[in-house]
Amino acid sequence: MTTDRIARIRPGDVLPEIVNRCDTVQLFLYNAALWNAHRIHFDYPYATQVEGYPGLVLAGPLIGDWLTQCVIDWLAEDGQLISVEYSNRRASFVGDVLAASGVVRAVDQTSRRVELELFVRTESGEVVAPGSAVVGFRAA
Amino acid sequence: MSSLLTPELLAQVGKSGPRQTELVTRRDIRKYAVATGQRQRRFLDGDEAPPLYYITLFWPVVELGELTRDGVFVDRLVPDLSLHKAMAGGIKVEYFRAIRPGDVLVASRTFTNLYEKQGASGLLIFYEVVMQVTTEQGEPVLTETATRIMR
Repeated sequence: MTTDRIARIRPGDVLPEIVNRCDTVQLFLYNAALWNAHRIHFDYPYATQVEGYPGLVLAGPLIGDWLTQCVIDWLAEDGQLISVEYSNRRASFVGDVLAASGVVRAVDQTSRRVELELFVRTESGEVVAPGSAVVGFRAA
Repeated sequence: MSSLLTPELLAQVGKSGPRQTELVTRRDIRKYAVATGQRQRRFLDGDEAPPLYYITLFWPVVELGELTRDGVFVDRLVPDLSLHKAMAGGIKVEYFRAIRPGDVLVASRTFTNLYEKQGASGLLIFYEVVMQVTTEQGEPVLTETATRIMR
């Protein structure tokens, strides 16, 4: 068997899923690290009664980070992230169980680049954050 | 339905903000890695920054009086729009090199696009800001295109 990992990657390969259930402590730490004072992330009465959300809203970039973790964990030490993009399609809330995963869409053995489709979805399968990425594999 | 985007607002597209220079510390990388639930040791130990760490590095630090009632800072690069409730849109990032502790990075932001779309409950305003991050010597680190939605 070849040791060159990219030679074994095929379109349709699935990236291992990362499941997150963000609680108020993690959401607080994230917004503290970000220096983000938006009340929808920590002020429950404001989020629910003024903004009309069903709970505290997860920060969009935190969900985006989970997509990059899915890619980085799959890549391991074999390459690097070249580009990533995602959009926050709908709000998610403290306590939601969200799974980040992806699928290999294209493999270019010459440039050693792989294109990935990414998504974060709820337990019911609704995609809350679609995305994509390009990764580059190092020569074996 | 009439447009929310006046010629004066649209004329702001292309405007650039002041450059922002920040020092990357191991402590801040570790805080970010813990807060986001990273599993890679190099991130948790602060040897290298996770891909989206730069968002925290360049998030504006404004004084309390500059925050709106809902705790949001006013992005002075973007003109005052007629809709004021912000929603995260999305981002696209191209990476050119890893970020490590001790790096001094420089960000330059440009307001690049402004448009509107019909949403389920009315018009939404979308705007885009491109942020180019380099080292102090000008070596490219990353380029981010961020889209924000106002409702």
